[in-house]
Amino acid sequence: MPETVRDLTATPGQTIGPFFHYALPFDLDRELVPIGSPGSVRLHGRVYDGAGQPVPDALLEIRQADGSGDVPRVEGSLRRPGGDFTGWGRSSTDRTGRYWFSTVEPAPTGEGAAAFFTVTVFARGLLNRLFTRIYLPGDDAVLAADRLLAGLDDERRHSMVAEREPDGSLRFDVHLQGDRETVFLRYPGHEG
Amino acid sequence: MDTQESVSKEIADIHAGASGETQPRVDFPPYRSSILRHPTKDLRHADPEGAELVAPVFGHSDVDPLEADLTIQAGGEPIGERMRLRGRLLDGDGRPVRRQLVEIWQANAAGRYVHKRDQHPAPVDPNFTGVGRCLTDDDGTYEFVTIKPGPYPWRNHHNAWRPAHIHFSLFGTDFTQRMITQMYFPSDPLFALDPIYQSITDQRARDRLVATYDHDLSEHEWLMGYRWDIVLTGAHATQMEAEDDDA
Ligand SMILES: [Fe+3]
Repeated sequence: MPETVRDLTATPGQTIGPFFHYALPFDLDRELVPIGSPGSVRLHGRVYDGAGQPVPDALLEIRQADGSGDVPRVEGSLRRPGGDFTGWGRSSTDRTGRYWFSTVEPAPTGEGAAAFFTVTVFARGLLNRLFTRIYLPGDDAVLAADRLLAGLDDERRHSMVAEREPDGSLRFDVHLQGDRETVFLRYPGHEG
Repeated sequence: MDTQESVSKEIADIHAGASGETQPRVDFPPYRSSILRHPTKDLRHADPEGAELVAPVFGHSDVDPLEADLTIQAGGEPIGERMRLRGRLLDGDGRPVRRQLVEIWQANAAGRYVHKRDQHPAPVDPNFTGVGRCLTDDDGTYEFVTIKPGPYPWRNHHNAWRPAHIHFSLFGTDFTQRMITQMYFPSDPLFALDPIYQSITDQRARDRLVATYDHDLSEHEWLMGYRWDIVLTGAHATQMEAEDDDA
């Protein structure tokens, strides 16, 4: 048997740095479903720093349920053989700080729960990953009952809900710092 | 541009007021690029639910076993010290994270990335891209064969050099375990000078990012071996399958 690892303290994170673009992006990384396919939605926005400048070297990942509230556990999240919906995608930001995904709107994973995308944010200059959620707009009663949202003031609660654009797409900007700073999350067991 | 001396002084002053932290500070001004890119409000507690409890699933359809050998990806032999890097990926309860994707990227032996924004006037190696992927095995073990990366200069301050490192991207069984980090090499003289490494204020925590030389992983007249184990945070999801048969 392998030797035991004595120390079970979590390994520290570090910044993704400036040079990840030739390593982490992959073909169709942000297309969880084909662009324009029936039921697809465009989720997009920009990442900003504390001076309101776009961040051109960030990377976002989303993890989500499908349209029936099931979280896919199908193998093949990089290549998606057979076109399965895997519920995970990755988008680097472009020179204007913009990211986008072609995906489906997640359904709630439980009775009375609010539907959201889970998001991780990485960037040059950001020393550890950040987590947030992008809630779907629409059902105000469900959003008001969500445990996380209920604990926030109006402005911050509002900032966690995507905006429906006239073309039907979902818009969500990430503000790493500042007056409009995104609500970032700490899960049990996370330090720092 | 600031001097190394002034940056080192800033680092020392922050460390003097810190103790026992296990993760980097995201607010760490000696790393200049962090100044406008860290949240200033407290992180909000959330109990994970739904998709947060399930990492994406990868498999043999995603990763060619040859992607774990960064020395064979072009037509010829890359230049530098050939090395094997092996370790285990565990969750915070000590369980191996099985059949999960590990992605790495790194500079070549001269400290140059194959990246269009890397301006360091060191040679690109036509036989080395510095990108690798593998899946952990049933024991949580990953393994790469690569070339030892060189240190490289950056523009944080005057005469700033990054210690040699390999970037690692890791998933657990639970999406809240997602992380990206950097692995370093033993006894690097640049450790004390580097604000990214020193953003982890505790020496024991910094040590967790340093591989150890492992002579048993070295191969006669062929390569040098290093070992580096990785521990993720604990998983929240109940283990659905009986996976605890490895005691
Ligand atoms: Fe690097």
